[in-house]
Amino acid sequence: MSSPSTMKINGREIEFHKGKTILEVCRENDITVPTLCHDDRLKPYGGCRLCIVEIQGVPRPLASCTTPAEAGMEVTTETPRLTRLRKTVLELLLSNHPNDCMCCEAAGNCGLQTLAYQYGARLDKYPGEQWQLPIRQDNPFITYEPNKCIVCGRCTRICNEVVMAGTISITNRGFEVMPDTAFGKPRSLLNCEFCGQCVSACPTGALTDRKGRGLGRSADVKKVKTTCTYCGTGCNFFLNVKDDRVIRVTSDLSAPVNKGNLCIKGRYGYDFIHHEDRITTPLIKDGDGFREASWDEALELVASKFNSLIAEHGPEKVGGFSSSRCTNEENYLLAKWVRCAVGSNNVDNCARV
Amino acid sequence: MAGLATSLGAGAATNSLNQMPDIDTLFLFGSNPTEAHPIVSLYLKEALTNGAKLIVGDPRKTWMAKRADVWLSLNPGSNIALLNGIINVIIENGWEKSEFIAQRTEAFEELKAKVSEYDLDRVEKLTGVARQDIIEAARLYSHAEKAMIVYGLGVTEHQTGTENAMAIANLALVCGQIGRPSTGIMALRGQNNVQGASDLGPLPATLPGYQSVTNPVLREKFEKAWGVKIKDKPGLKSVEMLDECRKGKFKGIFILGEDPAHTDADAKHVQEALAAVEFLVVQDLFHTETTRFADVILPGASFAEKDGTFTNGERRIQRVRQAVTPVAGLAEWQVISRISTLMGYPMPYTHPSEIMNEIASLVPIYGGISYDRLEEKGIQWPCPTKDHPGTTTLYTDLFSRPGGRAIFMALDHQGSGEIPDDQFPYVLITGRIREHYNNGSMTRRSKGIAEIVSQEMVEIHPQDAEALQIINGDWMKVASRRGEVKVRAKVSDRSRVGSVFMTFHHQKVLTNILTSGHRDPITGTPEYKACAVRLEAWRE
Repeated sequence: MSSPSTMKINGREIEFHKGKTILEVCRENDITVPTLCHDDRLKPYGGCRLCIVEIQGVPRPLASCTTPAEAGMEVTTETPRLTRLRKTVLELLLSNHPNDCMCCEAAGNCGLQTLAYQYGARLDKYPGEQWQLPIRQDNPFITYEPNKCIVCGRCTRICNEVVMAGTISITNRGFEVMPDTAFGKPRSLLNCEFCGQCVSACPTGALTDRKGRGLGRSADVKKVKTTCTYCGTGCNFFLNVKDDRVIRVTSDLSAPVNKGNLCIKGRYGYDFIHHEDRITTPLIKDGDGFREASWDEALELVASKFNSLIAEHGPEKVGGFSSSRCTNEENYLLAKWVRCAVGSNNVDNCARV
Repeated sequence: MAGLATSLGAGAATNSLNQMPDIDTLFLFGSNPTEAHPIVSLYLKEALTNGAKLIVGDPRKTWMAKRADVWLSLNPGSNIALLNGIINVIIENGWEKSEFIAQRTEAFEELKAKVSEYDLDRVEKLTGVARQDIIEAARLYSHAEKAMIVYGLGVTEHQTGTENAMAIANLALVCGQIGRPSTGIMALRGQNNVQGASDLGPLPATLPGYQSVTNPVLREKFEKAWGVKIKDKPGLKSVEMLDECRKGKFKGIFILGEDPAHTDADAKHVQEALAAVEFLVVQDLFHTETTRFADVILPGASFAEKDGTFTNGERRIQRVRQAVTPVAGLAEWQVISRISTLMGYPMPYTHPSEIMNEIASLVPIYGGISYDRLEEKGIQWPCPTKDHPGTTTLYTDLFSRPGGRAIFMALDHQGSGEIPDDQFPYVLITGRIREHYNNGSMTRRSKGIAEIVSQEMVEIHPQDAEALQIINGDWMKVASRRGEVKVRAKVSDRSRVGSVFMTFHHQKVLTNILTSGHRDPITGTPEYKACAVRLEAWRE
């Protein structure tokens, strides 16, 4: 990597590598700059104008997300003028935004709400016409409330730039502009992968996960970072847990492998965890069927039966199949169990099938 | 994985996923990542956006095949012939990396002699791929600064699966496209913890960490740690245990979280074996085809109900964290510990982190792993010590074979175990779709997913459909020598003429009744990717 250049941000001398934007340099140095249209997974866009900063020698503020950092630059991220301009931008956004945070699915996890609070933006500063469009729930996974859209383009950009699914794009012009599917058709497998990437990119409550609606909002859940159980890619995400139940999966933007990206299985394939078909108690064969048993009874039966088979026929006649679905620790234990408790090497896993 | 292990030393992907956007030429072989590995496909799409050239080897017209610079639509089962042909073109034109071959490999002359038997006339005939496409693929791959091969189960799920993987290693080695970032060979893993399950020793010939049971020094290390005598001969593979069961010679099996009666090829054969074994214990989340044969069914705990680690396809060991209480009260690691203790071999673990510490003390590639180091993000093995950062790119200076050199393997085309004939004129290829997962027991129970893809369908080319007088959605009978299923038709030019495609996600249509019993003799992997079938409209 080339040797670092230096610039000044808020009076601080900062080293950076050429090719970064001012916003990226700020974030690397824990300097907060507000944005609504920026997503690390996307190319710089410069749409929302909230990330404006003052640069010495430049008469007007510039969007930090699209301005490359240059050696010797002197940048200021907070001034009274910037605060005033950002507040105005927010108030213009709020002029066409429903005032229903108390019922909104995204409350507590909404960039617009956070910034409106931070900048003291008034809801009624610019009264005027507002969208009155119906909620769209035309598919099992993604709920669309167009009235809450601020047209930051994150959903359409992630759909086209990252997933390349081409499901949604910005449609119409002027006041009517909004992200939508072609011809406003319902989402189906014909036009959508249902990866929910658009939901993960949305900074407001315009796009939300339908399956988790009404079950608990950001502040109500415990978020447990874990690794996906499906394919071998190893995506990380947050299981959102309320009352000992998984109610939603949300993106972990810091995940080393997937950087917050997920597919339909990772994001929406979690209902099996609490499905009524789960086997909840040990079962012992009884005639043509099975009868329920306690753990103690079942495990004692398993242990004594294996022991008697080993005693009668030798350890070479007993073995175990392990699972590529289970954890490393469990696979190790099964390998150890066959070698130590059974006494054979008859252990294999389904890695080959 | 045995293929890469033979050629290079370790049965694992050589590079990292996040190196993919910088690839100059991508050779995608027998893999459909937009369906089977959607998040890997995002990296590959980024590479294409950045201008990477794309070669796709796949009989089906996949998303990637449609966008390829060169699409090699090879006959199912002709992988080795195609790769030999490509290597031969490279050597004939002098496009190989002689310096790399001289310094880092052995047995090049044997390879050269073997691939010279694969001239373009012969390869064209065996693979069905036009010669100019073979030449262009050879040119693109060998001339790239950084070329990566990404392969999937379309390579390994053949009776020549291991050799297919070796043939891929041959190609990478001839061009020196390995041992640097954004090059190498990435094998995409089908299941979340295939890598970890291989690494940690539930294998008949190796103790955890690929340490051979026949090696007295390694065996002694484990004997000392575990306090038992370990048999010095390899045990039976799963398919061999099942064969013994059918003969009535195998008495007891513990199956942890697997459904071989559904997902194994030639499912009837497996079911007979499971019916024959005297005592079968199955631990799973749901009732499956396999639990029907159990004497004791133990409830399993899902990934959300336990602590642990998974190792992904780029060798990254990552945490799995308990989010909710186990539905049935115990997780698998607790159950195995208790059974073992009751059988007279105590396993007094109180938390999975203790098991990982034991693994680290016995398995050198996991030697530096402990839960506190995995808090933020995972670590890629080999990670031999506590201060080692992990390894993003393998083989940067040495291969992990004796002597540090990779070895070329001279291989011959064999074809599939079952070839279409008058009676069974079509090739059935099986695989996955994006929405579902394996036997479907989890995705079919996830709201919405079951709704949008509710049933199995057989994908058939419009020309074949017309010949059979089938239209989209018609019921069809798909029959092989082993059985038949009734399934609706999905007419699509994704499949090519003469081939059809089905998944194995639906319990109502057990696709693996059809698949053949042919297996890779080295790994035992069944030939899921090709069997001969007969198709007809279903008339009541």
